[in-house]
Amino acid sequence: MGELLLVEAVNDALHVELERDPSVLVLGEDVGKLGGVFRATVGLQKRFGAERCVDTPLAEAGILGTAVGLCMAGWRPVCEMQYDAFSYPALDQLINHVGRYRWRTRGKMSFPLVVRMPYGGGVRAPELHDDSPETYYVHTPGVKVAIPSNPADAKGLLAAAIRDPDPVVVLEPKLIYRTSRGEVPEGEHVVPLGTAHVVREGSDLTLVAYGAMVPLAERAADELSPEASAEVLDLRSLKPLDEDALLASAAKTGRVVVVQEAPRTCGFAAEVAAILAEKAIYDLHGPVLRVTGYDVPYPYWQLEDAYMPSVERVVDAARRLLAS
Amino acid sequence: MSRVLPAEGGLRRVIGDGRALPDGEVALTPEQHLDLYRRLVLLRTYDERSLVYHRQGRIGTYAIFWNHEAMQAGSELALEERDWIFPSYRESAIGILRGMPASTVLSWWRGHPAGWWNPEDYNVASICVPIATHVPHAVGFAWGSALKGEDRVAIVYFGDGATSEGSFHEGATFAGVMKAPVILFCNNNRWAISTPVEAQSAAETLADKASGYGMPGVRVDGGDVLAVYEATREAVERARAGDGPTFIEAVTYRTAPHATADDPSLYIDEERVAEEKENECVGRYERYLGRLGILGATQVEETRSEALEVMRAGIAQAEAEPPEDPALVFEHAYAEPPSSFARDLAELRRILGG
Repeated sequence: MGELLLVEAVNDALHVELERDPSVLVLGEDVGKLGGVFRATVGLQKRFGAERCVDTPLAEAGILGTAVGLCMAGWRPVCEMQYDAFSYPALDQLINHVGRYRWRTRGKMSFPLVVRMPYGGGVRAPELHDDSPETYYVHTPGVKVAIPSNPADAKGLLAAAIRDPDPVVVLEPKLIYRTSRGEVPEGEHVVPLGTAHVVREGSDLTLVAYGAMVPLAERAADELSPEASAEVLDLRSLKPLDEDALLASAAKTGRVVVVQEAPRTCGFAAEVAAILAEKAIYDLHGPVLRVTGYDVPYPYWQLEDAYMPSVERVVDAARRLLAS
Repeated sequence: MSRVLPAEGGLRRVIGDGRALPDGEVALTPEQHLDLYRRLVLLRTYDERSLVYHRQGRIGTYAIFWNHEAMQAGSELALEERDWIFPSYRESAIGILRGMPASTVLSWWRGHPAGWWNPEDYNVASICVPIATHVPHAVGFAWGSALKGEDRVAIVYFGDGATSEGSFHEGATFAGVMKAPVILFCNNNRWAISTPVEAQSAAETLADKASGYGMPGVRVDGGDVLAVYEATREAVERARAGDGPTFIEAVTYRTAPHATADDPSLYIDEERVAEEKENECVGRYERYLGRLGILGATQVEETRSEALEVMRAGIAQAEAEPPEDPALVFEHAYAEPPSSFARDLAELRRILGG
C-alpha cells in the first residue's frame, strides 16, 4: 500500500474492518457526509451507506449510550468523539455502563465497542481541544486503552480494538495526524493490544513514551547521542500494558524517564513509575523521572509550548538521571 | 372493543370508581384479565414480602414499588416476549413477569452473584441504578434491532426525576432522530426521593417534553392497569409500524418510601398518602373485575396465596445460594482477564488461607 499519513491509516483501518465484518458500524458527529472534522472517516458513508456510517446528534453520552444498546442488538459500534475533551460528557456512560456491563451479565453478554478520538496538544487550538485524557480511561475497570504513535500502529491497533470482545478506547495523537507518515501494510493488519515496541535500541537509559511523545522521545534520543545511548520504548497499549517489555528495558538500561503530555499527578507515568518501584527497583541505578504536562488546565495556546514536554525537558531529565 | 375515557387532569383511564366515574373497557378476554390480575398480585406480593425480608435482615436496602404494579404489569402485557425491557431499580422485579425466578431478584437485593442474570434469557436488561442512563441503551437497542430488520420493540422505565437528566435528553433526542421503535415509559410518582415533581420541572406536564423530541407524549392514569395497557399497546403498534418512539407519562403517587433507607415523614403530606392508598392500583382492578363478575373472593384469596408461595420458595432458594468463591471477583470484567488478576487472586488466597 505504501506510505500513509497517520490519519489516513485510521481511515484505511475503518474501511478494511467495515468491509470484513458487516456488524461493524461507525457513529459520531459529522462522521458521515463530512468524513469527520479531521477526515478520519472520509469515504465510509459513500462506501457502506448512511446506516453503517451514521451522523449522530451532537450528544456524546447519547453516542456512547446508544452504542451500548447497539452492542446488545448485535452490532460492533465504533464511536468517534470529535475531540479529547468533548468525550467528558460520555464518561457517565463509560464509567457507569461501558466498563461494567459484561461483568453485570456475568460474562454472558459482550460489549465489543470502540471509542476513538483525536487527543493531545500542540495544535494551536481553542480551549478543550488539547487534552490528554488517557488516565480517566485507563482507570476505568473493564475498558482497554491503546494509543498509536505512527501510521502502521494506528491501523493495527484500531483493527485490534474493533475485533476485541471488550470495549477499547483508542486515542489518536492529532498533533501528528498529518505529519507522521509511514509504511502501512495493505489489507488486514492487526497489532495486538498489550504489546509494546522498542522503537530504538539503547543501553544507557530508557525513554518510555506513547502517542505524540514517541517521536519527541526519539528526537531527544538523537540529541543525547553520542554522549548517551537512549532506548525508546513505545508502550502502544496502556491497558493491557506490556509489563515484560517495560521491565526488560529497565533491566537492560537501569535508568528510566517516562514522558507524557497529560498533567503529572496520577498520570500514566506515575503508574509506570510505581510498577518499576515494585518490580524493578534492584535493576535501577537512579530514580524514575517523569517529564509531563503540569498540574494546571491546559494553557492558552500562545503559551502551550511551555506546558508541553519538549526535547529540551526530556534531555534535561535524562542528563540529570545519567549524572545521579 | 376498547373504550378509554379521559379523566381529571386529562389522564386517560379505563377503570372507574364504581360510583360517579363510569368504567370503560378494553379488548381482553376474562382469562386475560385474570392473568393480568395474577401478575399484579405477584408484583404486589413481591414488594410487600421484600419489605418484610428487609426488616428481618434477609435482604439489603430495597427500592419499594408499592402502587407502581399497574404501570409495570399493564405495560409489560402490551409487549411480546421478543421485545426488550430496560428496567430501573424501581422495576427490579419486572423480570418475574417474564419467568425469572423470584430468587434471582431477591439475590440481587441480597448482593449475591446469583442475582445478576443474563439479559438474553428473559429479554430483560440489567437493573439500571444510575438514573436515566439506560434510556440511550434502550434507544440504541431498538435502533440497532430495526437496522438488522428485526421486529423487536424496547421499553425503558424511569421516574419523573429522570426527565431532568442529560441521559434522558440525549436518549430521547436519538430516539426521535433515529425513529427508534422504543417506548419511553415515565412512572411519574411525583417524588424523586424528597423532591416533588413541581421542583423537578417547570413544564406543565412531563408529556409536554415529548414534542421537543418529535414524538407523541401520552398521559395516562398510572394506577389504572388497563389504561396503561392500552396506552402501551398503541405505542407498541406505532413502533412496529415504523412510526418511531412514544413517551408515556403514567401518573401516580408514591405512597411508600423511596427505599428502605428513606423517611418520607420529613417531607411528604401523610394525609395525601393515606388518601392515595385508598385508591391503590391492585384494589382498583380487583373492584373493577368484581363489577364485571370475573373475579370473586375465593379467586382473590387463591391468587394471593399462590403469590405468597412463590415468594416463600423464592426467599428460601435465595438464602440457600452457597457463598461464592472470591475468585469470582476477578471474573467477567474482561473476556480475557489480564495476567495481573491471577497474581492478585493468588495473593488473596494466600492471605485468606484458602
